[in-house]
Amino acid sequence: MNKHANNVIEVEDLVTHYGDREILKGVTLDVHDGEIMVIMGGSGSGKSTLLRHLMALETKTSGTMRILGQDIDNLTQRDFFDLRKKIGVAFQGGALFSSMTVGENVMLPLYEHTDLDQMTMEIMIRMKLEVVELGGFEDLKPSELSGGMIKRAAFARAIVMDPKILFCDEPSAGLDPVVASALDDLILLLRDAMQMSIVVVTHELESAFKIADRITVLDKGHILMVGTVDEVKNSTNERVYNLLNRVPEDENMDMDEYLQRLTGVEVKEETIL
Amino acid sequence: MYEPSPQNAFIKFCERVGRTTVSGVEEIGHGGVLIGESFYWLIYGPRVKQPVRLGAIFQQMMEVGIHAMPIIALLVASIGAMLAIQGIHTLRIFGAESRVTIGIAFSVVREFAPLIIGIVIAGRSGSALAARIGTMKINQEIDALKVMGVNPVRFLVVPSLIAMVIMVPMLTIFGDIVGLVAAGLYVNADLGISMAAFFHDVVDILTIDDIMHGLTKSFLFAILIAVIGVVNGAGVEGGADGVGKATTRSVVQAISAIVMTDMVFAFVATR
Repeated sequence: MNKHANNVIEVEDLVTHYGDREILKGVTLDVHDGEIMVIMGGSGSGKSTLLRHLMALETKTSGTMRILGQDIDNLTQRDFFDLRKKIGVAFQGGALFSSMTVGENVMLPLYEHTDLDQMTMEIMIRMKLEVVELGGFEDLKPSELSGGMIKRAAFARAIVMDPKILFCDEPSAGLDPVVASALDDLILLLRDAMQMSIVVVTHELESAFKIADRITVLDKGHILMVGTVDEVKNSTNERVYNLLNRVPEDENMDMDEYLQRLTGVEVKEETIL
Repeated sequence: MYEPSPQNAFIKFCERVGRTTVSGVEEIGHGGVLIGESFYWLIYGPRVKQPVRLGAIFQQMMEVGIHAMPIIALLVASIGAMLAIQGIHTLRIFGAESRVTIGIAFSVVREFAPLIIGIVIAGRSGSALAARIGTMKINQEIDALKVMGVNPVRFLVVPSLIAMVIMVPMLTIFGDIVGLVAAGLYVNADLGISMAAFFHDVVDILTIDDIMHGLTKSFLFAILIAVIGVVNGAGVEGGADGVGKATTRSVVQAISAIVMTDMVFAFVATR
């Protein structure tokens, strides 16, 4: 049962490993219906891994995850398949299929999951492309689009089934400030006009502060804090402060451990000249 | 100064051998699962409204089969003519060159046409399949399919597998005809045996078993090429470098598997 009736995502004590390495160390997180939750953190903090778990693309070590009220560990294949249809994802690089046109890319989910006739599908994809301001570009191949246009096309494909939850991986990464700002506006529009719950992973502070209803700050697989933009900005947590003010991490590394990592063998005093 | 001890070097060598063995067994297992999963989607897909699309199969059939016809015609014709040249040269020693048709017919239909076509398709379509799936993996297109609720095996693998299983035997029939025609033309030019007489002998000599021998082999080659291509493509790590390695690996493994299967099949079928 949901802890809160208006939670669309509930993650509790999520632990995950890549090989022997522990990546997420007991992450607990809720996303409310209709909010934009931004997940922030430095490189290697585990934010992309967390997003992949939320998209059910990774196998966790332990913990529970409920998406739209359904425990994803206890879903039948058909339920899991139905759940997928309620989720949209805009990948960092767009992940558009290079052999298809923009229109075919956007149409693919409709073609696979609905019985709509061709003409209706074509009207729907034109509408979605208009929403992301790519009207008239449906016959172009992804290789003919700019970086910002590829991201917009990816958004169009992600929203074509009118999902309840939209996941965005680094939407502004690699874009100039004007295009990045326009994408932020698009995310706000999708929340307001389509009542979507949106989870955005980003390390762009400006973008995060502009779009977020709440921010989750991740650090080395732990959640440092969850709060509104003002709460995060005014946080007294040293690591949050360092992240927001781009203070380099002070590394006090043990010399023996460093040498052991370099040589791959246990370093004893007699092995060093 | 630090120097690695011989024990450490030996342990590392053993670890490497162990890891390679395990990864080889894993790949074979992965290939088996892939075939099973392909059958599952072929049969069960329509029931869950996820059928394998005919359009995708036809597209792959064009790519694997029709577009490969010119190069296959060239190679199989060369092989047919080469067999005629060598056969006449060898049999002339015994004064039996008019019997060359027997050797040509058996060699082309039972051995050379399926083998050459298998090798060409492994180099052309198997590598393309590995590169395509590898590139899709590193561009997160496979992830995109998964989150859209589209099973990648159904969407990508099954059409390629079916296309190969249909088109490689079809190309083998095409190759049989082209190879025999090329050989017949050379025999006609060298020995003066007419094409009609040549094909009369060919039809007399060959049985349905001989034709099925070649076709069954090409069916097995098709499965091997598709599965090896997909397993290598799905195993791509890193960027463009990883795709290049997987493509090369796929061609080498597929050709090795084809030649070894050919040998085993020839042994079993002639017992």
